[in-house]
Amino acid sequence: MGIPGSAATRRLDAGPSRLQEGASRSERLRLNGVANTTVSVVAETSEQGSPGWPGRAACPPAVEIGHLRKAYGALVAVDDISFSVARGEIFGILGPNGAGKTTTVECAIGLRPPDSGTIRLLGLDPLADQDKVRQIVGVQLQASSFPAKLRVGEILDMYRSFYREPADVTELVEALGLAGKRRDYYRSLSGGQRQRLSVVLALIGAPKIAVLDEMTTGLDPQARRNTWELIEKVRDRGVTIVLVTHFMEEAERLCDRVALIDSGRVVALDTPAGLAARARGGKRVRFLPSAPFGMGLLTRLPEVTAVEQDGRHVVVTGTGELVNAVILALHAAGVTAHDVQLDSSTLEDAFVRLTGRHLREEGEQS
Amino acid sequence: MSLLVIAEPKAPRAGFGKIVHNEARLAWRQPSGIIVSVGLSLLLLIIFGELPAFQVSSARLGGLSAFEIYIPILIAFVIGVLALTYLPGPLVSYREQGILRRLSTTPVPVPWVLGAQLAVQACLMVITVAILVVVSVVFFGAGAPKNTGGLVLTVTLSIAAMFAIGLAIAAGARTAGAARGIMMATFYPLMFFSGLYIPMQLLPGVLQGISHVTPLGAAVEAIQDSMLQGFPPTAPLLVLAAYAVVFGFLAKRFFRWE
Repeated sequence: MGIPGSAATRRLDAGPSRLQEGASRSERLRLNGVANTTVSVVAETSEQGSPGWPGRAACPPAVEIGHLRKAYGALVAVDDISFSVARGEIFGILGPNGAGKTTTVECAIGLRPPDSGTIRLLGLDPLADQDKVRQIVGVQLQASSFPAKLRVGEILDMYRSFYREPADVTELVEALGLAGKRRDYYRSLSGGQRQRLSVVLALIGAPKIAVLDEMTTGLDPQARRNTWELIEKVRDRGVTIVLVTHFMEEAERLCDRVALIDSGRVVALDTPAGLAARARGGKRVRFLPSAPFGMGLLTRLPEVTAVEQDGRHVVVTGTGELVNAVILALHAAGVTAHDVQLDSSTLEDAFVRLTGRHLREEGEQS
Repeated sequence: MSLLVIAEPKAPRAGFGKIVHNEARLAWRQPSGIIVSVGLSLLLLIIFGELPAFQVSSARLGGLSAFEIYIPILIAFVIGVLALTYLPGPLVSYREQGILRRLSTTPVPVPWVLGAQLAVQACLMVITVAILVVVSVVFFGAGAPKNTGGLVLTVTLSIAAMFAIGLAIAAGARTAGAARGIMMATFYPLMFFSGLYIPMQLLPGVLQGISHVTPLGAAVEAIQDSMLQGFPPTAPLLVLAAYAVVFGFLAKRFFRWE
């Protein structure tokens, strides 16, 4: 029962602290961003700017979502989601299937009207300011398609013509390895090529914000790395990236911050490293003792929560300064620990722990 | 991006041209629509033109030859087959495949796609009608249309009425398959009442009466009058206009982009 509440607290904690860390980058982006990328929103927002910090008021966050809620009939897809994405940030949205990631993104880009809550993209309302928002937001949808009998070049040319100041198509196409495919029909492309085309089209309008839903799903490792490099390059130009992903390595490699979403709520919001550290609530040490010893030697330590025998190895689970405590206790008993391994938890662990725990909470409630 | 740009809504107009261009490419690359409309109507026209019996004027046909009877029917056929079988299909499948959904995240208003498809189909219809009229006059000795203005007006109204019906079907159908089914169930009766299978003049008065209030029946009546007599009477033109307005409203009311 305590989890939703504590998740909210954590969210509040995590937000500001990360904004501090991210400040240097967003500050830099703000400096070169003011000249070109933010002109469009200055006019609308300047009147609500606080005199103390006019610079900040003139530059609203790239994405600001407050208490978003969206239900389809009885099914609550998004219960209560809030987060804010700084300019130039790569922001990840992670969560199990059906967590509400895609609905969140669809509401954010104005494809679906939310039931309640506020959404601002660079200070603009995606529904009320639809025309402006669509010029500055590039989208890659999970389930999108293009006419089978159009050539890649024709699709690119058409989508490019929709934007007032499109990106350099040749550069995008080369970066994603589609340069030789311009004459090919869409239907002859492989799944990975279609996916890459879809990423190119999300960036073709030189957006200020790119929203990419499962952008590297179905790509081989090399294509995936190329896509990551491109995304980093795009971000270096000041573009804000919102990434929905299942792929932990992708989130760890690319994202400045990650929101873990489960059952329509933000379970945790932190840097990938911060989330991984948080998951380390339960550490694990595995070692080969030089001699047999009584398990009570370890179980009575305050840091230890469990001790298991795994063949000749011993696996100790616990918290705090677990390794030191275990080694010292063994040493005092004249036992040496060989082959010591400390499980370093990853974002993947955080994902499993945080969402897993949350899911169990849900089960108890129902 | 500048403040000036912000003041202008929506996407660059060049975008519409690109969509039309791509829709035209698709029509050309999936040529079943062109083959059926242009090819089939022209083939039938040539066959009818070559049949000696079709050139004989008949009292049962009101003093006209079967060939003269069939020119307006083939024109109505072209408009009907394109509007009912080749317009809603792609639109519904665009919706099904998420093509419209993807487009709706761009600055382009989704109705532009619909506009582009209508433009391409209308071009195809007008070109085919022109070919049919020219071929029948030049090669088969039909008289030049008596009232070209009336013919243009009638063809325009017929296209509008049939587009409206086709779009209303696309609006109501949930899947491309369902759309095809409804279309076929609509197309054959409408073609019957245009006189494609048996000219209306040979059928009982009741059926002729029904034919006058069906869109393609009214179209045939008005086209025939413009070609042989002069400006068509008001009744069939009003029937066509009514179909355009009523079904246009239904299509607009029930059309779903997703």
